[in-house]
Amino acid sequence: MGYFTLPRLSNRVWKVWSRNRAVFMKTYRVNFFPPFLEPLLYLFALGFGLGRYIDVVEGMSYPRFIAPALISISIMNSAFFECTYGSYVRMYYQKSFDAIIATPLSIEEVITGELLWGATRSLIYATIMLPVIAAFGLIELPLSLLIIPFSFLAGFLFAAIGMCFTAITPNINALNYPSFLFITPMFLFSGTFFPLELLPQPLQYFALATLPLTHLVGITRSLTLAEPSSYLVLHLVWIVVVSFILFVLAVNLMKRRLIV
Amino acid sequence: MVAIAPVIVAEDLKKQFGEFTAVDSISFSIAEGEIFGFLGPNGAGKTTTMKMIQCVSPKTSGTLTVFGMDVGTHSREIKHLLGVVPQENNLDPDFTVFENLLVYSHYFDLPRARAESTIMTLLDFMQLREKKDKPIEQLSGGMKRRLLLARALINTPRMLILDEPTIGLDPQARHLIWDKIKALKSQGITVVFTTHYMDEAARLCDRLVIMDYGRILVEGGPDALVREYIGTDIVEAEHNPGVITCLTRSGAKYDVWGDTVQVYTTNPQEVIASLLHDCALGTITARAATLEDVFLKLTGKKLRE
Repeated sequence: MGYFTLPRLSNRVWKVWSRNRAVFMKTYRVNFFPPFLEPLLYLFALGFGLGRYIDVVEGMSYPRFIAPALISISIMNSAFFECTYGSYVRMYYQKSFDAIIATPLSIEEVITGELLWGATRSLIYATIMLPVIAAFGLIELPLSLLIIPFSFLAGFLFAAIGMCFTAITPNINALNYPSFLFITPMFLFSGTFFPLELLPQPLQYFALATLPLTHLVGITRSLTLAEPSSYLVLHLVWIVVVSFILFVLAVNLMKRRLIV
Repeated sequence: MVAIAPVIVAEDLKKQFGEFTAVDSISFSIAEGEIFGFLGPNGAGKTTTMKMIQCVSPKTSGTLTVFGMDVGTHSREIKHLLGVVPQENNLDPDFTVFENLLVYSHYFDLPRARAESTIMTLLDFMQLREKKDKPIEQLSGGMKRRLLLARALINTPRMLILDEPTIGLDPQARHLIWDKIKALKSQGITVVFTTHYMDEAARLCDRLVIMDYGRILVEGGPDALVREYIGTDIVEAEHNPGVITCLTRSGAKYDVWGDTVQVYTTNPQEVIASLLHDCALGTITARAATLEDVFLKLTGKKLRE
């Protein structure tokens, strides 16, 4: 059993997806609230608070600069945390995966369904955040609406990243390591709250090579400003290729962990 | 006797975890409609065998077919025909009783309308109807086991795999589960289960195997095994050198367990009479031999874990 065996899947993956959607909808009030509130908090604190001392960033107001970053961070967080803590609880504490693989579903389908659900959560969060941010006139419409389909792809990337960590973590507390050592630096240094160009050249390349959020912000900022960056295609290709590789890796790592 | 096609056939079935051999080249065959038990101390390889049968743990070597299909290549088809009650409760705490069954029915491609009517039938069968809309955390241990059994029946399986189905239950709940298992057998469902409870095995099994250290020690019907390995009765006497001399002289079959001597016999009156007559003895008790005596005789009384 290798690390990059292509998983054999069927449309049963959506059965796992709909199980998670059913749980999400049972508590929809608490689930829909954060994506509504989160951009408001950031915009008031950073955009309109701190931003008062910042005249222009790359030719625009500070709130306008960070608006796409806020959406990107939410896409990252919702999928990543769903497929780390969320999936780990379902796998280890609730034994849900064991219950499902006793039915005609395979472990490959269970994990893929989990990833698709993680991506869907990103899509839901992005969809709720967009009108909130648009209400402040910070993003260009209708081009910004492309963020909605894009958030599913980007969400899938972070779901796969999260699932790889879930597959190798010895316990739920150890999931704090990727959260603090990977997600938090990415949150700060991916061209989110200040332009990537301010970093020393080698660090810029490092960020582009290893911090997925930089590519995500690159694309969402092109869309919210309606100014396609010259790296747009590069960003997109990076996300597609890395998503696919990590998807295959996540499924194989989980198979190694659970099928003994 | 008409030969019934076996539904599970294992030959030289082996499972290794690294250096450790959990199941060591076992062979057995289970006929359709049987209740077949796997007994053994902790770590004997029972659960591992169950997991290989239900296609969630790949075998290391040997052959294993379920309904004539290889577990390695036809897992999806096999799993369609199985109902599984795991050792550890894995009901979905995010859902109610009814929702647990409904979500599970989706995994088996049951159409919604049929699923709902099946669920109500199963809730009645397992006496859980009034708990239909309760969250899982509000169920007692016995109710959870019953719900697990109901869930295992959602796809109207041809075979049930039960891993310690009555573990930790009170006598009432155990009797209810036993009644249900017998009712399911009368519907023609094959039942394969593991247990630590000898009375449960003796009561339910048509045939059983006793496993230890990954191997099958004996196979047979519960009564036949007791007769073959113990006899019909056991006479227990206090252990002292006089008794041993007496017993050796009379040529009786006996074992020493700590401070008691157990004499295996089919004629307890005679043994008691001869012990009382020939030897100076303290207390003597006679009782019917049970499967537990066979089990302990074969696997020993040493603690395993």
